[in-house]
Order: sequence, then C-alpha cells, then structure tokens
Amino acid sequence: MDKRLLAFLEKQYRKYAILSPITVIGEVIIEVYLPFLMAKIVDVGIPNMDMAYIRRMGILMIVLAVIALLLGVLSGVFAAIASTGLSKGIRKALFSKIQDFSFANIDKFSTASLITRTTTDVNNIQLSFMMIIRILMRAPVMLICSAVMAYRINPSLSRVFLIIIPLLAIAMGLIGYATFRKFKEMLTHYDSMNKSVQENLIGIRVVKSFVRKAYENNKFLLALTNVRTTQMQAEGRSFFIFPVLMFFTYASVISIAWFGGRQIMVGTMHAGQFFSFISYSSQILMSMMMIAMIFVSIILSRASAVRVMEVLDEEIDIKDNPDSTVQLEDGSIEFKDVDFSYAKSMDSLVLTNINLSIKSGETVGIIGGTGSAKSTLVQLIPRLYDTTSGTILVGGHDVKDYALRTLRDGVSMVLQNNVLFSGSIEENLKWGNPDATHEEVVAACKSACADDFINSFPEGYNTDLGQGGVNVSGGQKQRLCIARALIKNPKILILDDSTSAVDTATDKKIREAFSKYHAETTKIIIAQRVSSVIEADKIIVMDDGKINAIGTHDELLADNKIYQEVYYSQRGVA
Amino acid sequence: MPGPGQAPGKMSKPRNTKKTFKRLLSYLGDYKPQLVLVFIGILGSTASSVAGTYLLRPLLNNYIVPLIGKQNPDLTGFIHMIGIMITVYVMGILCSLMYTQIMVRVSSNILKTIRTQLFTHMQDLPIRYYDTHTHGELMSRYTTDTDTLREMLSMGLPQLIAAAVSMISVLVMMFIISVPLALIVIGILVVMILCIRTIGGRSGKLFVEQQRNLGKLNGYVEEMTEGLKVVKIFSREQILKDDFEGINEDLRQTAKKANTLANILMPIMGNLSYITYSIVAMVGALLVIGGTLDIGAIGSFLQYTRTFSMPVSQISQLFNSILNALAGAERIFNLIDEEPEVDEGRVTMVFAREAEDGTLTEIPDFEGVWAWKVPLDDEGKEFKLVKIRGDVRFEDVTFGYKENKTVLHHVSLYAKPGQKIAFVGSTGAGKTTITNLINRFYDTNSGSITYDGIPIKDIKKADLRKSLAMVLQDTHLFTGTIMENIRYGRLSATDEEVMTAAKLANADSFIHLLPDGYQTVISGDGANLSQGQRQLLAIARAAVANPPVLILDEATSSVDTRTESLIEKGMNKLMQGRTVFVIAHRLSTVKNANAILVVEDGQIIERGDHDDLLKQRGRYYQLYTGMFELT
Repeated sequence: MDKRLLAFLEKQYRKYAILSPITVIGEVIIEVYLPFLMAKIVDVGIPNMDMAYIRRMGILMIVLAVIALLLGVLSGVFAAIASTGLSKGIRKALFSKIQDFSFANIDKFSTASLITRTTTDVNNIQLSFMMIIRILMRAPVMLICSAVMAYRINPSLSRVFLIIIPLLAIAMGLIGYATFRKFKEMLTHYDSMNKSVQENLIGIRVVKSFVRKAYENNKFLLALTNVRTTQMQAEGRSFFIFPVLMFFTYASVISIAWFGGRQIMVGTMHAGQFFSFISYSSQILMSMMMIAMIFVSIILSRASAVRVMEVLDEEIDIKDNPDSTVQLEDGSIEFKDVDFSYAKSMDSLVLTNINLSIKSGETVGIIGGTGSAKSTLVQLIPRLYDTTSGTILVGGHDVKDYALRTLRDGVSMVLQNNVLFSGSIEENLKWGNPDATHEEVVAACKSACADDFINSFPEGYNTDLGQGGVNVSGGQKQRLCIARALIKNPKILILDDSTSAVDTATDKKIREAFSKYHAETTKIIIAQRVSSVIEADKIIVMDDGKINAIGTHDELLADNKIYQEVYYSQRGVA
Repeated sequence: MPGPGQAPGKMSKPRNTKKTFKRLLSYLGDYKPQLVLVFIGILGSTASSVAGTYLLRPLLNNYIVPLIGKQNPDLTGFIHMIGIMITVYVMGILCSLMYTQIMVRVSSNILKTIRTQLFTHMQDLPIRYYDTHTHGELMSRYTTDTDTLREMLSMGLPQLIAAAVSMISVLVMMFIISVPLALIVIGILVVMILCIRTIGGRSGKLFVEQQRNLGKLNGYVEEMTEGLKVVKIFSREQILKDDFEGINEDLRQTAKKANTLANILMPIMGNLSYITYSIVAMVGALLVIGGTLDIGAIGSFLQYTRTFSMPVSQISQLFNSILNALAGAERIFNLIDEEPEVDEGRVTMVFAREAEDGTLTEIPDFEGVWAWKVPLDDEGKEFKLVKIRGDVRFEDVTFGYKENKTVLHHVSLYAKPGQKIAFVGSTGAGKTTITNLINRFYDTNSGSITYDGIPIKDIKKADLRKSLAMVLQDTHLFTGTIMENIRYGRLSATDEEVMTAAKLANADSFIHLLPDGYQTVISGDGANLSQGQRQLLAIARAAVANPPVLILDEATSSVDTRTESLIEKGMNKLMQGRTVFVIAHRLSTVKNANAILVVEDGQIIERGDHDDLLKQRGRYYQLYTGMFELT
C-alpha cells in the first residue's frame, strides 16, 4: 500500500490508528502469558498438591483472559473507526481532485473507472488498512513473545525454531512467488473474458441481427479456457501452503516430543513445560502464516492503491490564477497563430494556424464537417483546454491571465452533449447564477423559448428532472441548457450544436431573442443547419482543423465550395 | 461494471437453499471418483491431526514419565511411539495435499461448465430480457457470483467438512479423556454460538445499511462525473465538494458501525477459548490432585481446547460465505433457466438461380438471387422456393413492450420491393419499434407481418435476421481490428470485399488515415473513434453483409450532411432493387424516399412521397417548414 495514502487519515482518526495496534499488543502479551501460567499450575501446583496455589493461578488466568477479551474488542472498535476514517479521507481527496480536473484530465478517465476508484478501490484499501493495524502488529508481536517465552522455558529446545522458522519462511516465499506470477497471468485472461462478455451484452442487438451466436460462443470459450487453466494453476499453487504448513507444524511437534521427551527423562524439563512449549510452537507457526496472509492481502490491495494514486497524482494541466484581479471587460475574442493538439504534440495537430478576430457583440456562425474541429476551436475560449502554441485574447487579455472563475463566469458555453442534473428545473437553471431571482430565471427561459413548455408542466418550474434530465425531451433539454447559460448574463455565449433537436421555427425565435435582449453579448453558434447561421455577422467555414473561409452567407455562397455543398445538400429544408 | 463496492460480509440469502444446493450437487455428480478421494483426504488429514494430539498422552504417560530419572533408559518404546506419530502425520500431510489439489481441478472445471452454460444460454435469450436487466447485473453473474461459488467449492466446502469432522472428533476425544472437563467446554460452546448469532445477525443488517449508503454515494459520483464538464463551465466545484462531504460522512458512520461488529467477533471467539483454556487448566489440575485425571490427559485436553475454538469460528464464518455463494448460484441458475427465445419458424433462406421462365433452383453460392425455402409438409421433405424480393407488409399490428401499455396501435403498412421507405416522427412515437418487429426482436400482440407473402413467424429467426441488415441507432463495435469489425457482417467476406464495403460507406478515407489502416485495433467499443466514424463503420458492416433488405435506424445522425449525401450515393448503388427502411430525424435524409410514413403516438398518420405530403399540408408539411418541433 502506498504510504502517501496515510496522509488522508484525518487528525481525529489518527489516535485510533495508533490505539488499535497498542491494544492488540496487550491482548497478545496476555495470550502468550497464559500457557506459561498453565505450566506453573501443572509443574508447581500439581506435584505440591497445593489447591490454593492452583486456584489462585487459575483465577489469575481467567481474569487475564477476560482482560484480553476486552482489549481485543477495543482494538476491533478502534480499527473500525480508524480504517473507515481513512477511507472517508481518501474518498474526499479523490472527489475534490476530480472536481479540479481540466477537460483534458476528464477525457483520460472514464466515468465508470472513476466510480470504481471512489468506491470499490477505496473499500479494498480500507480493508487492508484494517488488517494491517490489527493483524500485522499482532502476528510479529505474537511471534516474538512466543519465541521469548519458549526460550525462557527451555533455551536449548527453542533451537528447534532456529531451523524451522527460516525453512518455513523460504517455503512460503517460494509458494507466494509462484502463485503471484500465475495470478497476474490469470488476471489478464480474466479481464479479457469480462471484456468479451461486456461487449456481447452491449452489442447484443448487433449480435442477434447478424446471427453471430456461434461466433460469439467460440470467442468466449477461448477466453474462458484460458481463465480456467490459469486460475486452476494459480489456485493449485497457492493451496500447497496447507500441506506445507502442516508439515512444519508436525515437524516441530515431533522434534519437541523427541528432544523434549529426552529432557524430561533426565529431569531438565517438566511435563507442564513440555505442553506449554508445544502451545508456543503452534502460536509461532500460526503467526508466520498470518504474516504471509497479510502480505498477500497488501499485494492485492496494492493494485487498488495504485489506481487511486493515479487519480490523485494526475497533473492538472490547466494552471489557475485564482488571485488574478483581471476583469473581463467585453466580449471581444482574438486567436493569434493558434495550434492545438489533444496529445500536446505538434505531430498530431487538431487545429492548425488559427487566426481570428471577433468583435464584442458580434454573432458568429461556424460550419464544417464531422471532425473538422469546430468544437475544439470554441472550447479554447473559456480555457477548457490550453493552446499548444499561440495565444487567445478574450476582452483584450490573454485567457491565461484571468482567474478561471472570472473567465468562465464571463464565457457561457452550451456543450454538445449537455447534461441536466437531478433536482427541479429552477434548481438546474440556477447553476448559472445561484443568486438569480425567479424573475431573472423566467426572463432567461423566455429568451430560450423554454418558458412555455415549462409552464405546461403541472409543477411548472418546480418539476423534478430526474437523473440526467430524463423527464424532458431532447429539444426541451437543449432549450433548458441555453436558458441555464443565459442566466449567467455572459459577455460571450457559445452554442455548440445546441439547437439540433429544436425545430427551425423555435430556433429562429431564440436567435431573434438573442439579438433583441443580448445584443451586447458575443454569440458564437456552431450548427449543422445552415439556417441557424444564415444571418450571422460572419460565418467561419472549418475544414480539417483549418479555417477554410470567413465571410457572410452571401459571400460564402458566391465563392466557397464547401459552403455551397453544405447549403445545397440542405436546400429546401428550411 | 461489477457490483459497486462489494463490501465484506455483504449478506444475501438464497431463497431456496435446498433446491440450489441439490442442483449444485448435480454438477459435482460428474466427478464422483474425485470426490470420493477428496472425502477420504479430508477425513485422513483431520484424523491425523486429532490422533497426533491424542498420542501425546500415551507418549508422556507410558514412555516418558516412567523413564524419569532412570540411568540408561530403554528408549525402544519411546522411539516406536515417535515412529507411529511420524507415520500418522505423513499420512495426514499426503491426504491434505491430495484433496486440495483434486478439489481445485474439480471446481475449476465445474465453473467452466457453468460459465459456458451461462454465456451460450444468454445468446438465446430474447431482447426483452436485456431490456429488464442492467449490464452490471448480468456481468456480476460472470464475476462476483461465479467467483464466490468457485471459492466455496474449492475452499469453503472442504473446509466446512474438515471443520465439522474435527469439531466432532475433538469433542469425542474430550469426552473420552474427561467428562467433567468436556462439559465445561460444551458450556462455553453454547456461549460462543449465542455470540455468533447475536453479533452476526446485527452486523448483517448494518452491512445492508452500509450498502445503501454506498449506493447513494455511487449515484452522486456517477451523476456529477457524467456532468463534470458542465460543472466546470459553471464553476460549481466548491458547492459539490461541500455536498459530497455530507454523503461521505453518512457512509463513514454506517461503515464504522458495521465494521465494528464484524471486527469484534474474532477476538471474542478467540478469547472465549482462552477463558476455557484457563478454566480447564485450573479445574483439570484440581481433578489431578483429586486423583481422577492423569498429567498426560490434562496436556492433551488443553491442546484440544485450543484446537477446538478454530473449527467453531471457522464454521461460523464459512456458514455466511456459503449462504452467500448459494445465493449467487441461485441467481446463476435463474439465468440459465430463463425462457429462451422461441422459434418455431421452418422457412429458411437459400441462394437460388432464376431460370428464364422464372423457376428457381437452389444453388450453393451466391449469384444475386435469394429465395425462401418453404416446407410444404410436416416432415420437411417437399419444398417450394419463393424469390426474396423484400415485400414487407404490416396488417393491423398492435404491440406494447409492457402489458397494458400499447406503443403501436393498429398499424398497417406495406413496402414494395426495391422501395425506400422512411419513418419520420418524434422520439417515442414508435419508429424503432416498427423495425424491431420486422426482425422479430419482439413479437406482435395482434395483427400479422408478412415478408414476401410468408408470415414472419414461419421464418426461422436466424434466416429472417440474415435477410435484413440493420444499422442501429447506437453503433456498437467489438475489440479487434477495423477489418474484423466490418467483416462481422459476413464472416466469409474477403479483404477486398471488406474494403469495397468501406468505400461504399465512405469510411475508407478515414480508415487510411489511422496509424495501421484496416489493421488498426479498436478497443472499448471504439472509444477512440468519433461517433460519426463509428456510424460509417456500422454502415460498412451492413454493406458487407449484402442483404436483400436494409434497415437504417438513425444511421447517419452523427454524420454531417455532406458526408451523408456521399454515403447515400454509395448506398443507392448497393441497394438498387432492394427494400430499405430508413428512420431519421433529419428531413433531408428522407426527402428522396419512395414513401415517407409519418408516425405519431404509435400510429401512421400520413403516407406519401415528399411532394404528395407537402401538397397534403399536414404534419409533414408543418415539420418541413419548421412549424412543428420534433422531439
């Protein structure tokens, strides 16, 4: 487990993380001491026929055992508090970190993988931390104490352990190594089996419509056979530990019986000591076994720790200037020699040599084919990504000079794949501005042509949207997202293909509202439909990451080939 | 995704333990000789450990104590006894080695059988089943459920048997050595069982509660991560961090309570056994003084008290994990028992050659004509061949995915061979449902669908589906190369045929730009391709299948209009003389269809070609002129 994770154990839980092993040590010391007292009873009390001594010792043993029980319970309680405290701390750190992710960071991790990391992986760490503070302390202490007690009883006989312990350690190490190697191999096969099931599930309609049952069965069987074979080998190897442990336990009993028996005969050892010695020997071997088991569980949880640290170590590639006082004056935008690559390499540029100047209050349309990097272009404006080279000025300042909050409050963007959250419509709209009054919310909805349909819902603005906004249709969702963006009262408004499911008439009404109520705002509209950009002040035609042409509708229709093709492919469709 | 946060000790109880267990035993039945050996092994290894401890008593009483203080003691008896102990132990080790290794093999093989049954059966389940079960749920049948089952078979079950055997034999030995001491042990055993029942029961409830809070946290993280880009645009990060704190703390509270109870069970059990140990030592010593017990006996008995606590707590733990595994097994069996897709169709699709006079003969290779092979009698000896022309008719079809909730009402429609038929309408109007009925993903509630005059219920499902290539709303690709993915449409297609299909779908140009061209490996459902590119591949896949009828369900929705018109040209070439069904949101996509069907609320409200419909001035006209919004 990564030591750095311990930093997330908050102060109020730290003392429990220390108390738990301490109480465990107390418990272990008592447990180790008990066979010693037992030997006294057998070797002193019985030969002397001293009933009072036996009773005294016996009651002492019982009292100690009860104390050990209490200590053991306490340690369990402390360990639960400490380990759940740790997992809470890690989850908090993870969630905060994810919130700080830039768009480039988000693209790297899938939602499912982030969820697994905050739940399953953190749970695994919690479990192994609990084992570490309870058992990892317990086992070595038990081992040492038992060895010391055995030595005190009979130094010469305890030499048996000098041979048995190292041999057992080597044997366990070998088994562990062999198992772990197979286990890793098994995991890769296991993953590919899971993948083949998952793909089959997701694509079941494709499988069925192409009647590929037999093909899929064969694919699965191949993956399955590999899993079966490696799993069998890994498990088979690990199970060697049982007979091996038995061997060493029995070997020590036999050696103790042999050498100890001889010592009893010559009178250097008593019968009680003989039995407590055997007790200690089994405690020593059990603690060796426990240490081995903990190592295995730590190794298994290491994968989880690595996955968690991957998120925590992820470098946030957009550096915020939270203390910057630069204010966004107006909605002018300027691109100067901008190149951009998602991979941050000049070899795989997505945008090449973009030079562009937009005046405050202008309406700009962007048209271009799939993959022409229209969305990429506009995402650079609110600094969702940083340019690979070149600079972008918004309101006359480099976007990097603003505090991110200031910049993004001034630049409102409606994304292509937009999301609404569970909660009421009004709550969702107020994401744009938590302090907005109801009147402001209604005004924004009127601009986005959303007020009418919201009022048609029985609950109006209090209608619950459900997770992901499932209770509204595609076109309604897009209009809500536009309203949410308007409530910010932004200097720049960017619509990334945000009216594709809205009918052309409503689309037109929204654009009219923009020019009427938001004349000061710079509006950038990415659209598939020519009709959405037809009356823009300028239209940018994008092709393969480059600006192909900039002009008004009439200019482009006159001399731009791409624009003509797009226009004629849609002509007649209002 | 596997079940989120499989917490330790997560309890789930099988509904019918006995039946599930019996069914599981039937899998074991194939391995009878191995299981006999396993049972012998368990008995042998347990017996050796019990006997080994017991032998310490005669060793001490008969061969050590009498020799105390003797000059030149006679060690032959002592050596003989040690020899017996070694033999017993070696037998035990060999038994343990044997049964653990055999059981691993048996359980791996059983699990392979079960997983194969699961997967092959899953392929036969109707689409309806997938509608009502999430992927995560089905995935956990393969992962969590089978793994807990495997662990139970290879470790849990043998351990349970071993623990039971050793508990009983230790108890018997204890009674043989000393009845009063054994009764003390029984007394403590009752206390132990009471502890297990109360603590185990309460912690089970708490783990369920923990699971619920974990689910809440899971849902929150999912929603906020899904919408993370929006969160960033609106600078909501701090507000979310604060909200998360509350949910996180709730989870910590319940997790703490649940883990506390789980944590204290072991120390209580362990130390109860030490308390027994202490009482036995004291009472035993008093009994020795009273003359009813010997020294060797007290030693063996104390050793037994220590070993006794192990199987007890083992059984208590195993019991939960075995119940858990049986619950998983029950879920697995439920899936295997799920009713498969029924198919009583007997009409098959064959390649045919058409003679001048129109008579058809069946041929082995494709030459451009397909035919339905219709059996004329019950035995299937006499056939007639009907040329596949792509004439699809709906006669008064009513359908609902759920009972009482009809989606299509009395729909009648026809597609003449070679026509391009388009469906237009709002989301949820029933467009996709119509195509789902043609390929029999679902069956109609009433009314009939015929294909070249044959009721589709009489056509074998596999052949019906082979005759229709579908490009679905959500494109799905599989891990493998681009070449393999396109070839999925027809496994026998050559590389050249694949490339021709890709060119037809206008996918060839972007494929060439990929690092390894057609050999580029796509993974994770094609996550590294854009939605538009994935659609092009899906179209190529359908094109390579080369079917008599093609169904395109929003197949070009993520492709820009320019590329779309290029694809259309290619497709027109392919689909000449074949029937095509098109569902599209964009009216430009459907404009040149032979017939456009406007679907609203599960009914077809208008039918005609573009010009007809514009003249009618109905809903299509409204849509077309932007007076009405499609949702």
